[in-house]
Amino acid sequence: MSLLAALSTEVPLLLAAATEEGGHAELGDGGGLAAAAWLIPLVPMVAAFVIALFGKHFPYRGWDIATAVMGFEAVYGTFLLIAHLARPIAYEGAIEIARIGSFPIEWGWVVDGLSIMMYFVVGVVGFFVFLYAKGYMEGDIRYTWFFASFTLFAGGMLVLVSAPNLIQLIVGWELVGVASWLLIGHYWEDHANSSAAIKAFLTNKVADVGLFIGAIILALSVGSFRFSDILHAVEEGVPALAQFAFWAGLAVFIGAMGKSGQFPLHVWLPDAMAGPTPVSALMHAATMVTAGIYLVARLFPLYLTEGFADEVRSVIIIIGALTLFLTGLIALVQDDIKRVLAYSTLSQLGYMMAALGAGAYTAALFHLFTHAFFKALLFLGAGSVIHAVHSNNMSDMGGLRKYMPWTFRTFVIGALALAGIAPLAGFFSKDEILASFRYAGSAESGFSAAQGGAGLANIVLVLGIAAAFVTAFYMARAVFLTFFGEYKGHGHPHESPAVMWIPLVGLAVGSAFAGFLNVPGVTEFFTELVGGRAVPVLDHHAESFDVVVVVLGLAAALLGIFFGYRIWYPDKATQAERDRFHVRGLYPLLENKYYIDDLYFDGIIRPIRGPVAAGVNWFNGHVIDFVVNGAGFLARGLGKLVYAFDQNAVDGAINASGAFTGGWGELLRKVQTGRVQQYATMIVAGTVLLVAGIVIAGII
Amino acid sequence: MLINGFLLLGAALFSLGVYGLLVRRNAVLILLSVELMVAAVNINFVALDRFLGDDLAGGQVFALFSIAVAAAEVGIGLAIILLVFRNRQSANVDELDLMRL
Repeated sequence: MSLLAALSTEVPLLLAAATEEGGHAELGDGGGLAAAAWLIPLVPMVAAFVIALFGKHFPYRGWDIATAVMGFEAVYGTFLLIAHLARPIAYEGAIEIARIGSFPIEWGWVVDGLSIMMYFVVGVVGFFVFLYAKGYMEGDIRYTWFFASFTLFAGGMLVLVSAPNLIQLIVGWELVGVASWLLIGHYWEDHANSSAAIKAFLTNKVADVGLFIGAIILALSVGSFRFSDILHAVEEGVPALAQFAFWAGLAVFIGAMGKSGQFPLHVWLPDAMAGPTPVSALMHAATMVTAGIYLVARLFPLYLTEGFADEVRSVIIIIGALTLFLTGLIALVQDDIKRVLAYSTLSQLGYMMAALGAGAYTAALFHLFTHAFFKALLFLGAGSVIHAVHSNNMSDMGGLRKYMPWTFRTFVIGALALAGIAPLAGFFSKDEILASFRYAGSAESGFSAAQGGAGLANIVLVLGIAAAFVTAFYMARAVFLTFFGEYKGHGHPHESPAVMWIPLVGLAVGSAFAGFLNVPGVTEFFTELVGGRAVPVLDHHAESFDVVVVVLGLAAALLGIFFGYRIWYPDKATQAERDRFHVRGLYPLLENKYYIDDLYFDGIIRPIRGPVAAGVNWFNGHVIDFVVNGAGFLARGLGKLVYAFDQNAVDGAINASGAFTGGWGELLRKVQTGRVQQYATMIVAGTVLLVAGIVIAGII
Repeated sequence: MLINGFLLLGAALFSLGVYGLLVRRNAVLILLSVELMVAAVNINFVALDRFLGDDLAGGQVFALFSIAVAAAEVGIGLAIILLVFRNRQSANVDELDLMRL
């Protein structure tokens, strides 16, 4: 603790000047709990390397460290959450690690309502998923490596969430990208899986360019990478920022579109199902796709304030609405249970994005929060089923209700929560989003035409209710095809081990009760939670249920379940026929995912790839081969030259010196007779000659 | 004072020593010849000392040094010859050609 205290006092503390902001006079700095929050991103990052290097020597081969780390995150997140609800925290710590010109590059950690919410979600959901992964990954060839990259994945997300500046956010952003690449391609022996990993990575990279450009524009116009400086600049109405805010906001949003799988950059997410199921669960619930939502929410005052990037919201709401409606429909025709859930995630992310576009900060984050629980639950449930039947396809399932009671019960809770049936979590958050669309569509909201306009908001409201119907419809389909009717697969399915179904129960509890955190007019824990920030976010806060929306939303969901029941409830004769949702004209469109993948492949990748390949081939055949051949020819000529020199000059010199020595030796060996007196004679003769020479020369 | 007689005596004695060194085959006699050469040099030392009238009598002192060194050299020489003779039953230098190449 002494080390900890020493560290936290040495670093420059950038305490949010809470009292300066109106309306948030009671913001605290969170004390030691917040000051030590640098542990949150650091511990998993260190653990990832420890597992990668030494994990094999631990009793559970790395799983134990990984799960302990996530347990720590969950506990820390919970403590922070409780502390925040007792007294709102807005704290920022930072250490300067480098400096580029006038821009300090800082490593920091931000502890406020928004980041605490994310710490909690990542920690708690992550802990359950890691627990579950022990059972699911048992016997995997790269067991330890899986947990190393999985911990890196969660750690990267925590680096992202704890970032008080854009640079660190980008670092975390890319760490998440790299870890997701490792995890999606975990079974890289199959080419399809490694392609899916590369597709995810590259699609995100395309979007990342937007984020980079946005970050640069923001930093140059504000003079700082810090979120707090950027948001204060928004508050003060700095004209340098206002001038470029639209483009910066749009570019940042493009980055968010990639990570959060917004149409038309959503194509990577369904393919990312190639990874092990726990990865999908964490990716879809807490760690990856929420990053885009988080980023927009973090910069939300920029998008909310008139004169800044508020006009980007029209783009956000359109993109969000397209995503929530179009991707939901695709889920209806998927046979792979994980893909159904993947498209469902896209649709829910569309809800969140559209809500942010409509200015409903709290509603979007609340849906992120509840969605994390039930989507993780659904994925883990799907993983449990896949584990039992050894197939991803619902056409190989059916009737599993009898064999897998725990998986069945929890999956149904998750499905109902996702469909938005009261009083489960999804009902409250989805209702809040739909209510926010309706509010945005009303005259009092002041949602101007440039920001999207009331008419657009009303269209989005209709789409949202329609998508609620679709959501219930495809979830009913997934439940009925998987758990009801006759078992159509091979082998004998069985309930998964306790280490797998206990996390399901834990998440099911979250999915059932998380919604009560924010019941309009009754509780507002969540509003207080995410509203507790240094720079206040002034979004509309509903005081009571919007009855019209509640009725329409619930009716849509119930209708969806009813139709699902009519079409897919066991009817043995036509089951196979009805496994797919056949509507003339629409079905091929959905089956081919609106041809977007084909459009990218035929419209972008192939036209570029063809000429590029031809060009590279020409370059290879002419330039590189010429250089290589030339180098070879030169090397051969040079080799010959060197050989000749070696043979003649070097060898000649060596042989000549040998012959010289040998010749003289031959000559001189005759002198060496061994007769002492001969030597004495030579000495005397030599002396006499010397003396005679000296005398004759007259030297003396 | 007649220096020439002493110098002639030294030269004659030295030549005698050189002659003995070159023609004798017995190692003991060769050593004896070397002693003759040393004695000739000593005569020159003493004679030239007197001739030059050195106050410190350096030539005479050096002759004493030379005699001492010669005595030591003879001691070692005789010891070597004795060992050679014991090993080979001969003191003929023509047979001692182990160092020939």
